[in-house]
Amino acid sequence: MLRDVLALGAAMLAVGASFGAVAIAAGLPVWATLTMSAVLYAGGAQFMAVGLVAAGSPLAAVLAGLLLNARHLPFGLALGDSLGPRLRHRLLGSHLLTDETTAFTLAQPAGDARRRAFWLAGTLLFLAWNAGTLLGVLAGGAVGDPAALGLDAASPAGLIALLLPSLRDRDTRHAALSGAALAVAATPLLPAGLPVLLALAGPAVIALRRRSTPTDDTGRAPGTRVGAEPTGEGSC
Amino acid sequence: MLIAVILALAAGTYGFRVAGVLLRDRLDLPAWARRLLPVGAAALLAALAATAALTEAGRFAGWARPAGVLVGVLLAWRRVPFVLVVVGAAGTTALLRLLGVP
Repeated sequence: MLRDVLALGAAMLAVGASFGAVAIAAGLPVWATLTMSAVLYAGGAQFMAVGLVAAGSPLAAVLAGLLLNARHLPFGLALGDSLGPRLRHRLLGSHLLTDETTAFTLAQPAGDARRRAFWLAGTLLFLAWNAGTLLGVLAGGAVGDPAALGLDAASPAGLIALLLPSLRDRDTRHAALSGAALAVAATPLLPAGLPVLLALAGPAVIALRRRSTPTDDTGRAPGTRVGAEPTGEGSC
Repeated sequence: MLIAVILALAAGTYGFRVAGVLLRDRLDLPAWARRLLPVGAAALLAALAATAALTEAGRFAGWARPAGVLVGVLLAWRRVPFVLVVVGAAGTTALLRLLGVP
């Protein structure tokens, strides 16, 4: 587990360094670059914000960044009590919530293992991202191009590797495959962030269908499904 | 101005993060809905990985990156240790770029 986190952490360190170098090159002051990695801590939104601020559209930077990060709300819902029993755990842990941390955590069985995975991945990846940013700020143009090292392939491959075991479940597999296809198809048409959120359409359809099922059952009682299950709920 | 942009982004992003985590306590969800939450997270992660593997700024990212991701996925499928999945994906992409593949 530690070795797995360190592997992705090393890639994040390098991408963080390229963020630091890109931000300085775009004219951002050192304090702003370091502060962004510490208090925003969201790679995609940070690169986007640097680009839009440099282009002179600060309002667009905020709106586009928030649209990109809206996915953290459903991630938080899914992680829930994996952050720990106390409020302070949840308030502090929330800041460490990223795509990679979510994938590492949900890959573990529910319970203590999940909480340990969340804090291990959350802390190490946060440190890697911020240390990387500092390196990039200090080294500037001396930081190599992360594309030449193929590092842009590291995070997607890591995310899919962490997801693979959960795809044995049929519902999860369908939701993941349809969500991925929908998001890729919508990417040329919609602003960044929205295509990924479209992936929630599949699970949302399942939810709506299930929600309407008990009320339907009381009236129509469709043959195949009337077992012990709905009668217990429907009567009270 | 810059500090306002950073703080607005940070506050909004933290708001999304903490809202999901705290809402989970407040919502009294039935078992089937609780089971659906990780399914939704898996769908989001799959969508993120797929768009990050295939696209760049709304367009096709070129062949080197998806090829590297594919090698990583095949390695993971063969239950190769995670470290080698990451190294294999990055290495393949780097090698292809070195050979001139975009």
